[in-house]
Amino acid sequence: MSNWVEACTSDDIDEEDVMRFDHAGKTFAVYRSPDDKFFATDGLCTHEHIHLADGLVMDEIIECPKHNGRFNYKTGEAKGAPVCINLKTYPVKVEAGKVLIQLG
Amino acid sequence: MDSGMVIIGAGECGVRAAFALRENGYDGPVTLIGTEKHLPYERPPLSKEAMVSEDHPAPRTIAAESLFTEKNIDFVGNSTATSIDREEKRVTLEDGRKIPYARLLFATGAIPRPLPLAAGSKHCTTLRSFEDAVAIRARFQPGARIVIVGGGFIGLELAASARKRGATVTVIEAQSRIMMRGVPEEIARVIDTRHRDEGVTILCDTGIVSFADAADNVAITLSTGNVIVADLAIIGIGATPVAALAEASGLETGNGVVVNDWLQTSDPDIYAAGDCCIFPLAVYGGRRVRLEAWRNAQEQGELAARNMLGAQEPHQAVPWFWSDQYELGLQVAGLADEGVRTIRRDLGDGAFILFHLAADGRLVAASGIGPGNSVAKDIRLAEMLIARGARPDSGQLATADVKLKSLLAA
Repeated sequence: MSNWVEACTSDDIDEEDVMRFDHAGKTFAVYRSPDDKFFATDGLCTHEHIHLADGLVMDEIIECPKHNGRFNYKTGEAKGAPVCINLKTYPVKVEAGKVLIQLG
Repeated sequence: MDSGMVIIGAGECGVRAAFALRENGYDGPVTLIGTEKHLPYERPPLSKEAMVSEDHPAPRTIAAESLFTEKNIDFVGNSTATSIDREEKRVTLEDGRKIPYARLLFATGAIPRPLPLAAGSKHCTTLRSFEDAVAIRARFQPGARIVIVGGGFIGLELAASARKRGATVTVIEAQSRIMMRGVPEEIARVIDTRHRDEGVTILCDTGIVSFADAADNVAITLSTGNVIVADLAIIGIGATPVAALAEASGLETGNGVVVNDWLQTSDPDIYAAGDCCIFPLAVYGGRRVRLEAWRNAQEQGELAARNMLGAQEPHQAVPWFWSDQYELGLQVAGLADEGVRTIRRDLGDGAFILFHLAADGRLVAASGIGPGNSVAKDIRLAEMLIARGARPDSGQLATADVKLKSLLAA
């Protein structure tokens, strides 16, 4: 339960933006919020398996680049049509400028 | 309780409207009438994934059956509304059943525009339904000769899908280039080149003189005098709104069901939304348009639902379209023909965006193309700039290092 994986450094992501992170055959999205906190979710939209990291971050919402499905990236909550299935989220911590995601 | 809400048309628009009625607190009867036997499904994959998926495709439903039950939406499939009594306020279905309404919504969509010359040919088809897609897919075999009439979104998506399945593809376009409507030439050229690289033959400025059926194929005589033999010809020359019932009911129609900016028809208790309606587009000063677009169908379905419940909200969204061909993703926000000059921003990896500016400097549209969804984020930001009537600096638009988000904050 302490499988922390380094995803990137904190400088790799602008505030209110997102970055794709692939690890062990899976893809994730790592977010930096406008108030400078880091979050991580599964990388693919639950509607049509599109990479969310190509989408736009607005405040605490990530919007799918294809069909504008919206999720709260802090909680994973789906915010309405066309998405109805929540996103899985992962714990994140920043240590010495490195963004670490707990994957298990 | 009132006599209920009736929605004619169970595509993306009608389904969104039905659920939006519930999301907005309506608890009276909601009836959703669709002509197809399937539970309502998404149409965009029909020209793309459904054609190339390894497994036999299944309709991708918009909402699970359990959700219709949970929200108490009465979906009446495999059924056609045949008349509307506006005095008594009820809809009659083909089986004679009468459904009363307090408010009625037309979400009947659009159907492929027929090509009269091709009417008698059994080797010519169009794509609208899941059954159409399955039948076309079965013909996309290695070596099959596929001719696509019309170089628009559907035709070109089918061309890409047919090539992926190993068929030989010829696209015949009457105009001087593909995607004449809505897509700027600079972007159309990228897509044209990509198709030619895949071995697709694209014939522009080419009309069709005749179709002559043989047992297993059809000979198509072109305006150039050449004859092409096709195992299957797919006609993709645009769509016409399904508005006959609205017209027969005495509602104002033109190129679609005419609505005001609340999506209300000439009868205040009847609304129309999505591909079937012609409406004033607020972002361009009320220019009347009819859109054939997935997102517009959703947005207008939701808006119509709110207005059927009395919200009196005008439609204000910026049009948005996309197309996927091979690995390329095309997105357009706004209507490019509103612009008089363009600014290009290169994003790397061959991806670029054209910003279309009006004479007064307002950003009126943005079109982008690139691998995957590489242009999506900037097109979405451009859409927000368009919505607020922004006049961004040309130099900043051209410079990829200047984040569009920073222009939004300005």
